[in-house]
Amino acid sequence: MAQSLFHKVWDAHRVRTLANGQTQLLIGTHLIHEVTTPQAFGMLRDLGLKVAMPHRTFATVDHIVPTDRRTEPFADPLADAMIRELRRNCAEHGIVCFDLNSGRQGIVHMVGPEQGITQPGTTIACGDSHTSTHGAFGAIALGIGTSQVRDVLATQTIALGPLKVRRINVEGRLRPGVYAKDVILHLIRTLGVNGGTGFAYEYGGAVFDRFSMEERMTVCNMSIEGGARVGYVNPDETTFAYLKGRPYSPAGAAWDAAVARWKAVASDPGCPYDDVVTFQGEDIAPTVTWGINPGQGIAITDNVPDPARATAVDEKAAIEEALAYMKLKPGAPLRGTRIDVAFLGSCTNARLSDFQEVARHLRGHRVAPGVKAIAVPGSQLVSLACAAQGIDQIFRDAGFEWREAGCSMCLAMNPDKLVGDQLCASSSNRNFKGRQGSPTGRTLLMSPLMVAAAAVTGAVADAREIFQVR
Amino acid sequence: MSLAKITSVSGRGVPVPGNDIDTDRIIPARFLKAVTFDGLGEGLFADARKAAMAAGSVHPLDDARYRGAGILLSGANFGCGSSREHAPQAIRKFGLQAVVAESYAEIFFGNATAIGLACVCAAREDIARITAAVEQDPAVELTLDLVDRKIHFGGKSVPLTLRDSARDALINGRWDPIGELLEGREAVAATASRLPYLAPVKK
Ligand code: SF4
Repeated sequence: MAQSLFHKVWDAHRVRTLANGQTQLLIGTHLIHEVTTPQAFGMLRDLGLKVAMPHRTFATVDHIVPTDRRTEPFADPLADAMIRELRRNCAEHGIVCFDLNSGRQGIVHMVGPEQGITQPGTTIACGDSHTSTHGAFGAIALGIGTSQVRDVLATQTIALGPLKVRRINVEGRLRPGVYAKDVILHLIRTLGVNGGTGFAYEYGGAVFDRFSMEERMTVCNMSIEGGARVGYVNPDETTFAYLKGRPYSPAGAAWDAAVARWKAVASDPGCPYDDVVTFQGEDIAPTVTWGINPGQGIAITDNVPDPARATAVDEKAAIEEALAYMKLKPGAPLRGTRIDVAFLGSCTNARLSDFQEVARHLRGHRVAPGVKAIAVPGSQLVSLACAAQGIDQIFRDAGFEWREAGCSMCLAMNPDKLVGDQLCASSSNRNFKGRQGSPTGRTLLMSPLMVAAAAVTGAVADAREIFQVR
Repeated sequence: MSLAKITSVSGRGVPVPGNDIDTDRIIPARFLKAVTFDGLGEGLFADARKAAMAAGSVHPLDDARYRGAGILLSGANFGCGSSREHAPQAIRKFGLQAVVAESYAEIFFGNATAIGLACVCAAREDIARITAAVEQDPAVELTLDLVDRKIHFGGKSVPLTLRDSARDALINGRWDPIGELLEGREAVAATASRLPYLAPVKK
C-alpha cells in the first residue's frame, strides 16, 4: 500500500507498543544543548544509568552564549555554570560537543544539517520545540521535554502516540520579495496556531520543489508555531546535493546506498493523507505579525484588525488583548509604525542565504538613527562564510552590529535583550509577550529583508518598495 | 520503580483565563538559567503577575482568595510554544496538582503527563461554570475523577475528557515511562540493528 514518509519512518523506528497504547519509538539522532539537559543528566545519575548511544548524541551551545564578547568565564555566572555543566556531561558520557572553540558551534538546528548529521528517513529528537526544522530533510524531528531527554539518553527511545498527516501544497510561484518566512507565516495565519494539533505537516507542491534546503528549513522550523508536532519535506535531489560531502554524511559506497534508502523513504505517489490543503504561491504577500502569537499576522499592505469587526467573542478578546499589549491602534496600518530594534538571527532565518539576500539589497543603505540593529549568524560556519564573501562588512557599513553565533535575541537568555516596551522587527519565530527578554517588549515577526527594510527606514515598511524588489 | 496511581485530584480552583497561553508566559526564559528545577514555582506566570501588580490589579495566583488552590482553570491551546518542561514543573512546584483547560498544546501535554501533572479537558461552557462557582466561593472543592471522567464541584458534576493513553498512564501509575522503556532494551537493540544509519561511523 502507498505510504507517506511519516508512516514509513514511524514503522521503521517503532520498537513496540507500551501498556498505555503509546509506541516506544527509537530515536536515531539526539541533539542536545545547555538549557534543557542538565536536569536530564541529573536524573540519569540519580537512576544510575548510562547514555545508551553516545555516538548518536551530539551537543552544542547556543541559547545562553554571549554574542559580543566570548571570553570565559562569562559575565553571567548562571550562564557560565550551564555551559560548564554541559561540557562535564559530554566528557563524562563520551558525547561529541561542537563547542565554542570547535569552529562548528551554532544554533543546534543549524549544526545538525551543516554537519550532515540530519538525514532523511531518520528520527531526531532535541529538547527544543524548533527541532521540527530538521524535517526539511525528510526526517521525523521531534521537540521534547527534559524528562524525555532523559528517556532518550537512557534508552534511545521515547513514548509517543501516533500522529495524523496533513499534506500542505503550495503551488505556483512566489512573487518577488516574498520568501519562505512569508509562506510559513501565511500558513499559520490561515490554519491557526493550534490548527496542527495532532498532525505531522508534510509540505510539498511546486514552491517547495524549487525551494533550497535553507528555505525548507525556515518553513519546517515554524511548524510548531502552527501546533503541528513535526513538519517535513520529502527528500529529493536538492536534499542529496546539500548533504553530499558533509562531515557526518555517508561517503563512498555508503553514500549510494544511503541515497537509495532516502529515495525510497519519500511519500509514495497517491498515498493517503488524513487531510490535504492547497495554497497558491501568488496569493502570499510579505507577512508581518501584529500580535502576541505567530498566527496574528497580516499582509504588509493590510491594516491590523479591529476588534469591533470580530465575529466571535473569543476573537474580539484575543485582538483586544494583543493590540493593548502591542500598543497598536485598531484598524491602523502597520506600515510606518516606528521600531526601536531590528534583529536578524535565530534558527528560522540566520543561514547564509538569509544574509546573502539581505546584503544584496542593503548596500548603499544606512540603519535609521535611533534604531539598534543586530545581525547574528546562526552558526560559526555561516559567520565564516559571510566573512569570506564580505557580507559582514556590508552589514557593518550599513550600521548593523555584526555578532557571533547563537540564539541571541530570539529568546534573550543571553545579554541581548529588548529594554522596556521597545518594538523589535525580528526574523525569529516567536512574538509571545516578553519573549525577547523584556516583560513588556514587543516583537514583529517578518522575513529578513523586511527586517532590513524596517532597520533602514526606522519603521515597518514594505521591503519591495524600499529596495525596489521586482 | 513504583509511581503513584493518580485516579483523582481534589483541591480548590484558581482561574487563569485566556486562550493560547504560551510557555514563555507560564515560565519566562530567564528562569530557565538553572541546572535544577528547584525554585521554579516562584517564576510561574512571573511577568503576568508583575504586570497585574503594576496595573494596580492582582493576578489570580497572587489573589489571597485563591491561596493554596490545587487546580488551575484555563482556556484553549494551553501551553503552546516552547518545549520547556520547566512550564509543567513550575506549575507543580507552585503547588498545583492539575490543570483543567479546553485543550493543550501537544508537547506541553506530554511533558505534564510524564511528571504526573494531570491535564484534563472540559467543554468551554463547563469550565465557565466551574470558574463562576470558584469565583463566587473560592473555598469550593473540585474533584477531578479520572476513572469516571467527571469533574465534581459544589454538588454538581460535568464531564472531563482525557486522551486514553494519558488516562491509563495516570490511573495505573505508569505516567513516567522510563521503567517500561528500559524494559524494552532487547527490542530496541533489534530495531536499531535494522537501521544502517545507527552503526558507528568510522572516521
Ligand atoms: S534560535 Fe530561538 S527558537 Fe531557535 S533554538 Fe534558539 S532560542 Fe530556540
